[in-house]
Formats: sequence, C-alpha cells, structure tokens
Amino acid sequence: MDGEELTEQETALYDRQIRVWGAGAQRRLSKCHVLVSGIKGTVAEFCKNIVLAGVGSVTLLDDRLVTEEAFNANFLILPDENAYAGKTVAEICCDSLKEFNPMVHVSIEKGDLSTLGVDFFEKFDVVVIGYSSRATKKAVNEKCRKLTKRVAFYTVDCRGSCGEIFVDLQNYKYTKKKLDETVECELTFPSFEEAVSVPWKPIPRRTAKLYFAKRVIELFEETEGRKPGECSLSDLPRVLKLKNELCEGNSVSENLIPDSLLERLVSGKTEFPPACAIIGGILGQEVIKVISGKGEPLKNFFYFDAEDGKGVIEDISH
Amino acid sequence: MASQQQQSAIKGAKVLMVGAGGIGCELLKTLALSGFEDIHIIDMDTIEVSNLNRQFLFRRSHVGQSKAKVARDAVLRFRPHINISSYHANVKNPEFDVDFFKQFDVVLNGLDNLDARRHVNRLCLAADVPLVESGTTGFLGQVTVHIKGKTECYECQTKPAPKTYPVCTITSTPTKFVHCIVWAKDLLFAKLFGDKNQDNDLNVRSNNSASSSKETEDVFERSEDEDIEQYGRKIYDHVFGSNIEAALSNEETWKNRKRPRPIYSKDVLPESLTQQNGSTQNCSVTGGDSMVSVMPWLGLKNPQELWGLTQNSLVFIEALKLFFAKRKKEIGHLTFDKDDQLAVEFVTAAANIRAESFEIPLHSLFEAKGIAGNIVHAVATTNAIIAGLIVIEAIKVLKKDDDKYRMTYCLEHPSKKMLLMPIEPYEPNPACYVCSKTPLVLEINTRKSKLRDLVDRIVTAKLGMNLPLIMHGASLLYEVGDDLDDIMVANYNANLEKPLSELPSPIVNGSILTVEDLQQELSCKINVKHREEFDEEKEPEGMVLSGWTQVPATNGESASTSNNEKPADVTESSSGSETASKKRRLSEIEPSNHKKETENVESDDDDIMEVENPMIVSKKIRVE
Repeated sequence: MDGEELTEQETALYDRQIRVWGAGAQRRLSKCHVLVSGIKGTVAEFCKNIVLAGVGSVTLLDDRLVTEEAFNANFLILPDENAYAGKTVAEICCDSLKEFNPMVHVSIEKGDLSTLGVDFFEKFDVVVIGYSSRATKKAVNEKCRKLTKRVAFYTVDCRGSCGEIFVDLQNYKYTKKKLDETVECELTFPSFEEAVSVPWKPIPRRTAKLYFAKRVIELFEETEGRKPGECSLSDLPRVLKLKNELCEGNSVSENLIPDSLLERLVSGKTEFPPACAIIGGILGQEVIKVISGKGEPLKNFFYFDAEDGKGVIEDISH
Repeated sequence: MASQQQQSAIKGAKVLMVGAGGIGCELLKTLALSGFEDIHIIDMDTIEVSNLNRQFLFRRSHVGQSKAKVARDAVLRFRPHINISSYHANVKNPEFDVDFFKQFDVVLNGLDNLDARRHVNRLCLAADVPLVESGTTGFLGQVTVHIKGKTECYECQTKPAPKTYPVCTITSTPTKFVHCIVWAKDLLFAKLFGDKNQDNDLNVRSNNSASSSKETEDVFERSEDEDIEQYGRKIYDHVFGSNIEAALSNEETWKNRKRPRPIYSKDVLPESLTQQNGSTQNCSVTGGDSMVSVMPWLGLKNPQELWGLTQNSLVFIEALKLFFAKRKKEIGHLTFDKDDQLAVEFVTAAANIRAESFEIPLHSLFEAKGIAGNIVHAVATTNAIIAGLIVIEAIKVLKKDDDKYRMTYCLEHPSKKMLLMPIEPYEPNPACYVCSKTPLVLEINTRKSKLRDLVDRIVTAKLGMNLPLIMHGASLLYEVGDDLDDIMVANYNANLEKPLSELPSPIVNGSILTVEDLQQELSCKINVKHREEFDEEKEPEGMVLSGWTQVPATNGESASTSNNEKPADVTESSSGSETASKKRRLSEIEPSNHKKETENVESDDDDIMEVENPMIVSKKIRVE
C-alpha cells in the first residue's frame, strides 16, 4: 500500500482526527475535490472546517467584490481596505484558507454558477451552494444529477439566527455499525426540485416550520426578481400575503407557518455568527462523513433556530 | 435576534474565557464576530503540532508559543479594535482569586480536565458570576449553564473520576491491554528511567534461589561498564521471564485465571543484535534528542501497524539501548511524555510483550500512544458547533433571560430527529457539598490510615481542593501555603505520617473534620466513621467517601494508576448519575411567565424534552 499511506507529516498533523475517523477515511478525504459557491459567514465556517480536515482541494466561486458588509460574519476577510479593495470575496477567502492547511489545494473559479456546464461539475466530488437563488440551486443540482459520477450536492442558507441545509446524495451506499457488526445500507435522495415542491398537506404537522417558511421566502425572491437575501421588513406584508396564498393552494391552514418566523427571516439579512458556526459545523461534519463513506448521512434537510436551540433533521420527499 | 438591547448588552460585557485550545479558538473567533469587545483569556499551554488540525488560529510557526497570546493576536487581525487580554498562566494560580472573577459578567470554560473545571466552578460560585461550561470528544459535545442559586452548579451531578486500577491487577493479573500499558509506563519505564527514590511496585529482586542467604541483588542496578545490550536482555528476562515464573509458583492466583507464559530473550531474539546488524547505534538522529527513534532503523514505518513478538522485542532492546547511548543524562529524571517518541516506542513494546505473555491482544504504536497518553480524539467541527452554542447561552445570560437558559447536547446520531438537543437546566442539588454545604461521610480505618492518605486520596483527588486546610475542632492539623514558617511546616509534615487516631487532636469514630480551600472559598464538613476492613478489589483505596457519589468511570481506555494523572474527561459519558435527590427542572418551580408566547399553531408537544440522560444515546469514548 505504498504511496497509499499517509505521510509522516499528515499523521502528525491529523493524529487527533484520525483517532475519530481512522486513517482510511483520512486518505479518502485527501483525494476529494470540493466546489463551494456563495461565501458568507456560514460557508466561510464550512470552508475552514473542510480545509482543516484535509480535503484534496477546495475551489471557491464568488465574484462579488469585497465591501464592508462582507466581513460581518466572515472571519476570513480582514478589515484592511488596502488589502481587499478591488478583490473578490473568493480571492480574499482563498488567501486566508490556504494558511489553515498548506496541504490543501485552495483555488478560485470565476463565472456565473448558473451558466457553467455539466462538464464543469464533473471535476468535483462535492458541490456546496451557499448564497444563491432557488433557480440556480435547481439548475446546478440537475447538472450534477446528469453526471455518471455521483456528485454530493448541498445547499446551505442562514438568515439571522435560522439556518437550512439541504442534501442530495442520489443513490447512496454506506456502512453503519450495528452492535458489533458492520452493516451495509442504501438510501435514495430526492432532487432539489422534488424536495422543495413537495405538497404541504401530507407533510407531518411536527415538521420544522422553517421548511415551509424558507419555501415562502424563496418563492417571494424569485417572483419579485430579488437577489437572494435581499429582503427587508418592508416586504413583510407581501410575504405574508404570499404565505396565505401558498397555504390555500396547498389546502393547509395559515397557522402552519408562524408570522413571527417569517418576520425574523425577512429582516435577517445579516447572519448571526453563532448560527454560522453551528450550521457550518454540521455541514462540515456531513460532508466529511459522506467522503469517508462511514456512518449514516443526514437525509435530507437540517434546520437550526437559535430561538429554540434545536438542530433538527427532516426527511421530506414525495 | 440582533436587537438594540442585545447589541448593547454584548458591547458592554466583560467576558472571561478559560482555555484557548480546541473550543477556545472557535469561541474567541465567534465572540469577536458577535460584537463582544472586552474579552480576557487564560491558558497555560503552548502550541503543539497535533493542535493544528483544529485550533485554526495557530500556525506551524507558532509551535512552542503561548496559546492565549497567539489566539489573541490572530483574532485582533480581523477585529482590530476590540480589547483582548491574554494570560499565559494556570487558572489555579492565586492571582485568579474571587476578586478577579468578580469583574466579569460571565465566565466561559473551554477546558480539557475535570480538576480545573471544578476549581473554576467554585470560584464562580464564590464570586456569584454565571458560568457556561462545555466539553467535546470526537463528534460529541455539550454546553451547560450554571447560575448560583438558580441552576445546578457544575458539581451538583458528580462527574466520573479518572479510572484507576487495583495494584495487583497491574503487577500480577492483567486482563486488558490498558493494564499492560499502565505496567509498562508507571512501573517499568518509571523504574528504568525515572526517579530511583520513588516507590515502585515492580519486583526488582533477582529470583536466584541460591542467594537466599545473601542480599538479593537489584536487577535494575547497572554498573558503569556493563554492556547495554546485556543489561537490556537482563531486564527483559527478569520482567518477562523470571518474574512470571515466580508468579506462576503461587497456585492460588491461577486457580481460575489463564496462566501467563514466561518469555525469554534467547527464545525470541538472535544471540547478539550487534553482530546481526553491524553497527550499534546507527539510528536516525535527524534532530534533537526528542527526535531519537528506533522505528526507522528497524524498518518499521507505519505506526498503525501491529508488531509481532520479535519486532516488539527488538524495539524493546533497541529503545533501551538508545536511551543509554543518546539520552544518558536524562536517565533518573524522566517521566513518560506522549510526545517523547522513544518513550512511546519503549512503552508500546513492553506493553505488547507483557500482553503476549498473558494472551491479551496486541496493539499498534498509534493505539498504545493514545492509551498511554490519555489522548482525546478531536475534530474542528464539533468545537465550532459547541462554540456557537456557548455564545448563544452567554448572550442569554447577559440579557438575564432566565427562562431561556438551556443545556444543549450535540449528538453523533440523532435522537428524535435532533442532532442538537436543548434541555432546561436543573435546579441546584440540595445535597451538593459544593453549592449546598451538605456534610460528607468518610469511612476509614482511623488506626491504620495516615493523614497523608486522607489528604492525597480524599481532599486533593476527590474533593479537588488546591490549597487545602484541615481542621479538627479548633486544632489545625494541616495546611498548604506560601506564608508558613518552618516550624509549622515541620509540624504538618509530621502530622501527615501519623495514623488518624494518633494525631495531636485524634480523629476517631464520630469525629467531624472541616476541610477548606480559601482560594476556592469552599468549606466542607466530613463526618468520620471508623471501619476495620476494606475490600482490596472493590475499595482499593481503603476508604469510602459518601455524599459524594462516585459514578462508575467510563469504559474509555485511559491509563492512570494514581489520582495525579490529569483525566481525559471532556464529556459526561453514559451511565446515570446516582445522586439521591430528585431533580426538578426550572420550569416546575418558577412562575408561569416563562412559557413562550406561541401563536395558535397546531399540536406540537412541549418543545422541551423530557430526557433524563441524553448522553445515554451517545457512544462510549473509543480509541479507534
């Protein structure tokens, strides 16, 4: 297994985490290529986590120019105007991330995510979409699903102190420890399109309200032609109206989605840093788990709300 | 959540962080991003390479420097205008007294040992400052909030103490690999390379029956010109060969146990290693003394590989030779250090040979190192999640949102769909000897046990006192401090060696002792009950303390014979705490205005979980 083994440097650096997931998983991590787009606080946390973990490469995609707003919850951007002036978010984050682990290849891609072809995504094993519109998420997910190679697809979104993670692993085989045995399991994941257009009526009442609330906001932004996250309190009346329409269309009560929750999401333009750390951490853990092939993956939504402090998994499909 | 009121509470807050390691780095970063502007941070450690996989504020170039200081500098780079004060010091130092703690609005712990946590808990109680506690191991973690008078203190539920083993298990009847590690580390390594004057349970006398009339020689004594390889083989044959044969001669011991087999070097190794391999000490000495290692020379590249008996024996002899050849000056002063490669190699080999003898499965160097070094496995993501949860609780504390405090558990596998499970805190335990001043009961043989035993095993180890003071009535029997004069010290030292019943103020059945730590502002009463006999296996310490209920230790393989090993405790592990009192949640005793204002939403059970021991759903700590 020469050449396949971890180097002495890797063994020393990764000692503590090898004791968690084993040398085999560490090797698989080092061969994995991750694409990340839409870098705000939560995604910055995620990037930090996977770079520290020792993935093979991280490719960053975010052509927005750095402004003061960008470093609100993003510790990868230093508030030195001389350094960041004229640079994109991806460029600055790339420089910072490289420092965390010189063994990981960190680079940037330029361009609009929605225009990149299927071939582009074939280079990657994991695709993570942050700050992005519903249409873009759907388009990228479809492209990933067209590939013969299985690309793990994630979306992540944090508004104020609420966050959502979506996972699509298509058909996924993994091993699980049951008592003293190792058991082989398989899961089938719905596509993004399918998962966000599930009719509301059959969904169990106890499902996290955030699922529904996010769908309302998503649709609002799409119909109003807004950039993702570009809402404010003044939009609330129209958002509530849309909510009522959607509930009626789905034959469910308006009370399904608390108005107060929508209010919080609409005015939550800036991310709450503790929520970024939590959601970025959960996402990091999930991606590492999937790359290593060990352990049951999250299927298919994760929600966190600092208001009640719960981190909940919801399985939502037709 | 970013209301004006919240922002100003954060901005004006003065926060103390204890620990700048795994949790500390994530926490300092998140606090700074969240708008905190006055943060103090204490950490006594320096940066090591193995920290870099998760303590992301540090770089390779920082190895050897103070964690607190480097963390501060790193965070100031992205928040240059906030105030961060770093202290490269032990939180148990007298400078961090109650007045020091009183200046803070909240204290946030990111520690890795039980001792320091208990110390900080007591100071926070004394200073009446809220404490947010936390811990992580692998994928597991938790955050808890402790407010004096309102919630449990950190010690209201007893935490598992570090696992200790009966001496006879280590010296004579090992059944698990960890027993072999403890033997190799605390007995053999200590005897060969450590302080010669220390008590050691290893049998060192030669079993040569011919010399029964003379002074039996100490096998470990080496004369100046004795050949090192010969010496090494002599030791090998003694501990793995003759000592085992001597043990076998006692039939009783082995009636119901598998008999070990003696192993002699001549049966495993060629007659002379020097002849075989040519040059004697041609090993890789690429760096300083700490880089000295036998593995590369023997062609053993992979620390995760299992070595056979021959390889282990080679490592044993060669490592021993190398200590004498290259590190002679240190012999007699060495203590085992998990970052000392040669020491780890030697201990691994020794433990494996012993394991072979007792038919216990052998382990790789990687595994052995983890057990011998009490290494806690750790990843960045769990620390990041826990840090986020800590800041959320800290903000609630600053806003005095009493009914919103939560203990949150981060699980590896979801329980009722939850990966993050918040629970309401419990009210203080009325039987807690730390925050509720309940007396303890100590059963002990007052005629045989000395004061020293009481101090070491009870006051320091179990009660976690740092600078204790022991009084019996008006008589001051013992104290620790800088300001004592020689006569007092001599007096106390004399007292230590006396059986309890022979002290100037004799301690007998029914005596009540007062034990205090002025720094921690903790005072306990102990009711003493005399008992003649103690079970050597179940009560190896020869005394039993109650009112301080011992939770069975974790099944994690951490190796320590005595209580002065820092435990690798970070998480409350499974097995329920046996405290006698009923635990009631805060909401059962406080007025009803805590209920969240809920809209008329369908169904939904109460949001708060009724879970007694959430950690039971988690896996036990394992070394993979």
